[in-house]
Parts: sequence; C-alpha cells; structure tokens
Amino acid sequence: MSAETTEAARPEPADLPRVSLSERLVRMPVVLPLFTFLAVLVLWEVGTRVFAVPSYILPAPSRIATGFGAVDLPRWIAHIWATLRVALMGYGAAILISLPIAIGLAKSKLLSRALYPLLVVIQSVPVVAVAPIIIVVLGTDDAPRVVITFMISFFPLVVSMTTGLMATPAELIELSRSLRAPQHREITQIRLPYATPYIFSGLKISITLAVIGAVVSEFVAAELGIGYFIQFSTSMFKLPQAWAGLAILVAMSLILFQAVSLIQRLFFPWSLPKAAK
Amino acid sequence: MALVKDAISFEGVGQTFLADTGPLTALKGVSLTLDQHEFVAVLGPSGCGKSTLLRLTAGLIAPTQGRVSVFGKPVDGPRDDVGIVFQNATLLPWANVEENVVFPAKHMRGRVDDKDREQARRIIATVGLEGFEKRLPGELSGGMQQRVGIARALFLNPDILLMDEPFSALDALTRDAMGFELLRLWQASPKTVMFITHSIPEAVLLADRVVVMSARPGSVIADLPVPLGRPRDENSLRTPEMQDYMAHLRGLLIHREVA
Repeated sequence: MSAETTEAARPEPADLPRVSLSERLVRMPVVLPLFTFLAVLVLWEVGTRVFAVPSYILPAPSRIATGFGAVDLPRWIAHIWATLRVALMGYGAAILISLPIAIGLAKSKLLSRALYPLLVVIQSVPVVAVAPIIIVVLGTDDAPRVVITFMISFFPLVVSMTTGLMATPAELIELSRSLRAPQHREITQIRLPYATPYIFSGLKISITLAVIGAVVSEFVAAELGIGYFIQFSTSMFKLPQAWAGLAILVAMSLILFQAVSLIQRLFFPWSLPKAAK
Repeated sequence: MALVKDAISFEGVGQTFLADTGPLTALKGVSLTLDQHEFVAVLGPSGCGKSTLLRLTAGLIAPTQGRVSVFGKPVDGPRDDVGIVFQNATLLPWANVEENVVFPAKHMRGRVDDKDREQARRIIATVGLEGFEKRLPGELSGGMQQRVGIARALFLNPDILLMDEPFSALDALTRDAMGFELLRLWQASPKTVMFITHSIPEAVLLADRVVVMSARPGSVIADLPVPLGRPRDENSLRTPEMQDYMAHLRGLLIHREVA
C-alpha cells in the first residue's frame, strides 16, 4: 500500500487537504499524553504552592521527588524486588493453575456446570478481607502473599482462557475430528493458538491485578516491599516518601503491562487486532 | 482402481437432533447414491439438512435412522479419507499458506516431513497460489483463502471431496471463477464430489447431477442429471434448454418451500 502511494502519483504539498491543529495532535500518540501528564504535574506543583497545601495532605511533585531520597538505592531495590517477586510468583501460579482449569471448562460441559459457580463464589470473596485470615493460616513468609496475589489475578485468566478456548470455529474442531487426531493436539494445535488473543487480554488485566495483590498482602504482614514501605511511611506521617512509593508502584504496573503487550507483539503479532498492527 | 458404483450411499437416512426446544428432525427418509468420481450438487433451502448429509458422510455424526456407507462399508466414525471444504475457509490465522495446507499431516501425525512439504507446494501450485506459500491468511483475499481451504482438503489426496457451500461467502465474480477452477481441478484429478449449495446456476454449472432437497425435515424431492456436456464455460447456461432446466429446479425449490 505504502509502496504504491510513494511510487505512483504523490500529491503536491499544495494539493493536500489542510490539516487542523487538533487533527495533527491526534496523530501524535506519544507526545500528546506526555504533554497532558506534564501539564498535570505543573498544575499540581503550582496549586500546592499557591494554596500552601500541607505536604501530609498533598505534597507537591517536587516534595515527592525528595521522598525518593528517604532511603538509599539498595533499600529501594530490596523493596521493589520483594513486591515484584511476589507479584510475579502469584501471577505465574495463576497462569499455571488457570490453564488446566480453563481447558477442563472448555472441553467438558459437565465440569463447567459443576465448577463455574464455585469459581464465581471464589471471585466474589473480597481478597482484602481474606488476606489476614490467609496470613494466619499460612504464616508470614512468601507463601501467603503469593496465595493472595494468585487469588486476585486468577479469575480473569480463567474466564479469558475459557472464552478463548471455546471461540475456536466449529469447523476446525470437525476437521480435527475427521483427521482422528489425538485430543491433546486439538488443544495444542487448534484451540490454544486460537485462544491467544483472549489469553493475552486476560494476561494484561491480571498482571496489574497481581501487583495489587502483592501490595495488599504487604499491607497485612510484611517487613519489606513497596506496600509495606507505603504503610510504614504513612504511619510516620512521611507522606512525600509514601507518594514516592506509590509512583514506583504505578511505574511497576505500567512496565509489567507493557512487557506483556510486548511479548504479544513480538511473538504473536497475528493475534493483535487489525487496527493495532 | 476400477470405477465402482456407490462411492457414497444413503439408505433411508433420518437424523433427529435434541435441540433445547425439543427434538428437531433435520433429515427424513433420505436415500441417495453417488457413483465414484461423480460430481453431485445438493440443492436446497437454508436449514434443510444439507450440511447434515455432509457431516454424516464424514462420520462426524451418526444417523439416527438408516445407514450411510462409503465404498460399500458403513460409516462408523470419523474418516480421514474424505476432504472437507467449509463455507468459510476456516484457516489457521497464525499459520502461513504452506503450514495451513500441511496441517492435516501435522495434526494427524504430530510432525511434517519433506515429502509432506513437497506435496503441499505441488497442491498450492495446482490451486494457483504459487508464490504465496509464506503469506498469512489475513493477507489473502477471500477467494485466495478458499483456494487454500481447497488445497488443505486435497492434501491427503482423498477420493471423496465434501464441499459445504464453499463459495457462498465470496463475491459473484470470484464465485464464478472459483467454480471453473474447481472443475479444472476435478477434471485433472477426478474425485467424488458432494457439493452443497443453494445457488441453482452454481449447481447446474458444476454438477453431473443435481439433488433437490425439501425444507426441514429435509428429504430428496428430485434427483436430476444435468443435460450439459463438458467442458463447460460462461455461456453453457445461456441455451434455452438450460434456462428451462434451471426454471424447473427453481419451481421445485419454491413450490416446496411454500408448501
């Protein structure tokens, strides 16, 4: 398409329709949100200074920046790694456990009828409320934190995987049956690849939920981690450093989300919606 | 192999499904025979159980009454000696043309050897897609996708080709071109073809024989040889004789649908 337009009649600049400023801004997918973000920061900074807002209510961005200096870099890394490790372990567990369950739900109507209501009940349990109970039952090491993270990130994965596995065109399942292929190949060569777009939408939702799960578990019982750091800082009324912790959590969620998107773009480009290519 | 009669035979076949709303009779008392290497078009209104005939032949479902046989043996399960072409090409969107065509081998045996790839490339060339082996289905037009679907069905060199309204999702021009393409393939390598369609011109242009089905429960209301020699071209249907023949088929379809 692009080759044709460059080689064939390329319109003279004068012939091109006039593009308004707002249209030109729409075509800048990175610049525009960055600009908005900076504008918010400037407004925030100016607002807190003009109205002399105390920093324990809303610290200015410049005060938050000093909050990063509250602890040294190795300590930050230790906190970040503690949260990241729990989030990734819980996320990994959620993936490993949801996959066989999703295959069972997709393949067997009986299992789906029997198990699905139970899954909905588990999903309806407020994880924040169960967290203290889980900590008491499982102790205070990584295990309860991973379980809490797992619980919060598991359900969207099961739902998206099951939906994806069932979205395979019936004709391909018939083709598979007419070839008398073993069941496992129907799953690995047809159903799972077909489910890839669905699986990735679940993976993207769950990765940010996993970070939430890790933080919630640190609120309840931890001596390390960004969640712990925020709670500790607020209890000491050191709000700027609590905000710094929050900023790190936001960055962590964003980076993890983008990492999942990148894996999809690199290894499964055909599974992206047409417009995103 | 000497030509045998009765490549496919239906004897008093009935098919009742258990739908949510109650039992649903799709087929009733269907008796029908396809000779080897015969091209038979099955013509009927929507929902008359045409596709059920095809699935019965492939052994994907078992008849609730009567008997379906292929080459004299009752069909008692899915069989891999039939090639199926679906209404939509239903290709694997992540696999290129060649991977889609060798898919039957990969799916049956779990691996693909050089001989399979060679066979795939030969078939891809036969359906006119040489040079497109590494393209993804999303990069192909609807007609090209359906050529890949046909190539996949031909890959295991089946003697029976089951086609379920294969060109109905294509635009009119492509549809005609694909019909002639199919005839060319069929003449180069004869197969028993059961071609499901609801288009009268398509059925008449392609088939040796047209089987007309009634609305649900589907049964055979006419079984007429097509009075037209081969090879055929765009002008074959323009004779008054063929116009009368098609009008007759139309009458059969409309009359039954109203009644």
